[in-house]
This record gives sequence, C-alpha cells and structure tokens, in this order.
Amino acid sequence: MNPMHYLYAAYIATWVIHGTYLGILVRKYSRVRREMESLRK
Amino acid sequence: MKRGFTILAFVTAVLLCFALYEALIVAPTEQTMGNVQRIFYYHVPSAWTAFLLFLINFVSSIVYLIRRNTKADILALVTAEVGVVFCTVVLITGPIWARPVWGIWWAPGDIRLTTTLVLWLIYISYLVVRRFSTSGKTPVIAAVVAIFGALDVPLVYFSIWFFRTQHPSPVIGDGGALDPRMAHVLLINWAAFLCLGWLFCWTRYRLEFLKREVEEAQALESLMEVRR
Amino acid sequence: MSFLGITSATLAKDIRLEWRSKDAINAMLFFALLVVVIFSFAFDPTAEESRRIAGGLIWVAFLFAAVVALNQTWARELRNQVLDAYRVSPAPANPLFLAKAFGNFIFVCALEALMTPLFIAFYKLRALGPAWELAPIALLGTWALVVNGTFFAAISLRTRSREIMLPLLLFPVSIPALLGMVNATTSVLSGDEPARFWIALLLAYDVVFTTACLLLFELVLEAE
Repeated sequence: MNPMHYLYAAYIATWVIHGTYLGILVRKYSRVRREMESLRK
Repeated sequence: MKRGFTILAFVTAVLLCFALYEALIVAPTEQTMGNVQRIFYYHVPSAWTAFLLFLINFVSSIVYLIRRNTKADILALVTAEVGVVFCTVVLITGPIWARPVWGIWWAPGDIRLTTTLVLWLIYISYLVVRRFSTSGKTPVIAAVVAIFGALDVPLVYFSIWFFRTQHPSPVIGDGGALDPRMAHVLLINWAAFLCLGWLFCWTRYRLEFLKREVEEAQALESLMEVRR
Repeated sequence: MSFLGITSATLAKDIRLEWRSKDAINAMLFFALLVVVIFSFAFDPTAEESRRIAGGLIWVAFLFAAVVALNQTWARELRNQVLDAYRVSPAPANPLFLAKAFGNFIFVCALEALMTPLFIAFYKLRALGPAWELAPIALLGTWALVVNGTFFAAISLRTRSREIMLPLLLFPVSIPALLGMVNATTSVLSGDEPARFWIALLLAYDVVFTTACLLLFELVLEAE
C-alpha cells in the first residue's frame, strides 16, 4: 500500500475520534438543557 | 467566562488549521521513513496531552481526598475522560505508523505504546467505576482508584522495559537529535492539541457542573412533591 | 484489643467459616481444574513448547480462580450487616483489611499447592532453572494478586454488578505483577534467563501496593 494512505488514515482517524467525542458532548449538553427547561416549568 | 470560551475556541481552530498546514506541507520529509513520519506530528502531541491530563487527574484526586472539594472531583473526572480520548488517538495512530515502518501493527515489547495501552485500560476502569458506583461517596472511591492507577505507571514501565530486553523488538528511531524544523512543527502541533484538550475539558467541566445542579434541583423538586 | 488481636480474631473467624462451609475453596478448585483440563485440550503441547507457555497458563488459571474467592470476601460480611457493625465499632480499619488479605492469601496458596501437581502431570513439566526460586515467585505473586484483589473487592462492593467490577478493576492494575509472575516462572522452567529481576519487580509491586492499601483502606471502608 502507498505510504501516503497510512498517513491519511492516521489523520482521518484522529479527527474521527475527536469529532465523535465532540458529538457525545453536544448530545449530553442538549439533554441537560432539556432537563433544565422541564425543571423551569 | 463565555467570552473566554469563544476566544479559546477560535484560537484552537486557527491553531489546528495552522498546525495541519505545517505538518503536511512545511515540515521536511523524513529520509528513511518518508511521508509516513508525518503521523508523528499527531501521535506524539496527543500522547503528551494525554499524559498531562492523567497527571492533572492524579493531582486533583489527591487534592480531593485532602480538601473534599467538589471542583477537584469534577476536574479529576473531566481530565480522565478527555485523557482517554487522546489516549485512544495515540493507540490508533501508533499501529498505523508501525505497520509501514516496522512491518507489524503491534510490538508487545515497545515500552511507550504498551505503557499507553495499560494506562488506557486503567483509566477506562476508573471511568467505569465512576459510572457504576452506587455509593454516595463515589468521588472518594474514584480518587482512590485514580491513585492506584497512577502508582502502577512506573511499575508498568519497568516491567515492559525488562520484557523488551528479553524479547527483542524493533528499535524505535529516537536516536539522534530531531531536525529543528521538525521540532518546531511538533511544538506547534502540541500547542494546538493542548488547546483542543483544554477546550474539551472546559466544555465537559461546565457540562458536569450543570448536570449536578440539575440533579440537585430534581431531587429537591421530588421532595417538594412528596410534601404536597 | 490490639492491632494483632483484631487481625488474628478476624482471620480465625474467616478460616473457621471457610473450614465449615468450604464455599470458596471448592469453587476455586473446581474452576482451576476446569481451566487446566480445557487448556490441555486447547493446546496439545510437546514438552519443549509447554515449558514456554506453562508459566502463562498456570498464572491465568490461578488469577481467575482467585477472583472467585475474592468476590466472596466482603459479600459474606454484607449479610447480617457485619460490615456496618464493624464500621461503628472503635476498631481501626487496617487490621480488618490485613486479616481479609491474609485469609485470601492462605486460600489461594492452598489452591496453588493442590493444583501445581496437576499442572506438572498434565504438561509434563520439569524445571531447567533453579526450582527453589518458584517458591518466592509463588508467594510474592500470590500476595500481589490478593492484596489488591481484597482492596478492589471492597471497592466493588458498592457498585452495580459487583462480580464483574472486580476483574475490571483488578486486571489492569495487576498487569505488571502478572508480567512478573509469568516471566519469572517461564524463565525458571526454561532455564534461559535468571528470574532475579522479575522477583525484584514483584517485591517492589508488593511493597508499593501493600502500603497504598493500608493508607487508603480506611477511606474505602467509610465510603458508604
């Protein structure tokens, strides 16, 4: 395999991991927000 | 507070783009490994960031046990979680780099990667304990587990170091000084990933803080309902 | 009561209980026996090969068997609120911990003494290195497993699905100790390298974690 492919694979993997974590954070945040709204009522 | 966060987010985004440009275009190509060596600019800064976060986790666990300060507890949780994310990056990019360079995905005798794997396992179990604990004193138990994990690190390092002397494995190219231009790119990437880690920690910290407030308010409300 | 008095009283109680019920030792023995038999089917080793893998097999079998006993250590005290009674009593926490750890140490050592002949028979083992070194390796290695195992069993007591929690906590932290035990045993069996470094590593591991357990156990006992 072309060595460049390994390079791209590593960089993409890094960003996929960080992106996934960011997604998890956003989802948790929206859930907390929803609960805050329901408490305020 | 909110403005500081926006500024940090902006700085992080700019730094990450700049660091990517530096790593892919500005940095000189390594002679023996070729372009694959550029993985190094993501792999090593992630490892340093993860170790730093675990160190903060260790210190704040001790602080929690002494002072019983909720902020220290949240900080310990947050740094462990973000540290695991960075550790995952290290563990994924490591084998991708090892495969074309050494011809194998994983060398059990490699000290740094194997120690990182054990660290990853330890902090995963730390997070699982926090998640599964039914005790009202979860932070105390978690802090104790964190201290055990941190004590384990030097022992893991030495055991793998001796394991390697018995089972020969590929030599890692850390002999010789790093090209100053490469060191420069490495430092820029480290700064960028540190900022990203900081950003993650900040977000997660606020999230945990809000979550605990919400839980408190919910408990209070259910108490009020019982009284009515 | 003195420190030693509490330790010996708790230890004597545990041993008497175990002697009458034989819960832990029977479960461990049967479990380890199963592992030996299954492994002997899974790999059909020649003498030379078995010398290289036997160290790993033995310790993996003992590790899994020890977890069975460790899980019962504290669960036994939950019935009839014995642990709560201990908590409100003025007795310090450390003697209780030491008694439990010694108890487990004795059970696991008994298991090892019974299982080792079986291993030798099944895998046709013969030590090419100095065989007496196996004694300190076994004692130090068992203590390494048991001291942390007793501690983490107390932690996992207050978690959901505690039987699974113990290995999840214990195995990652035990990796250096396991590396030490397995490699020391293998080097004695094969006689290739001296096992001295690994014994020193096990000793260091034992000292570090025994100290840590004694310093932190009170916090764990109080955390309810």
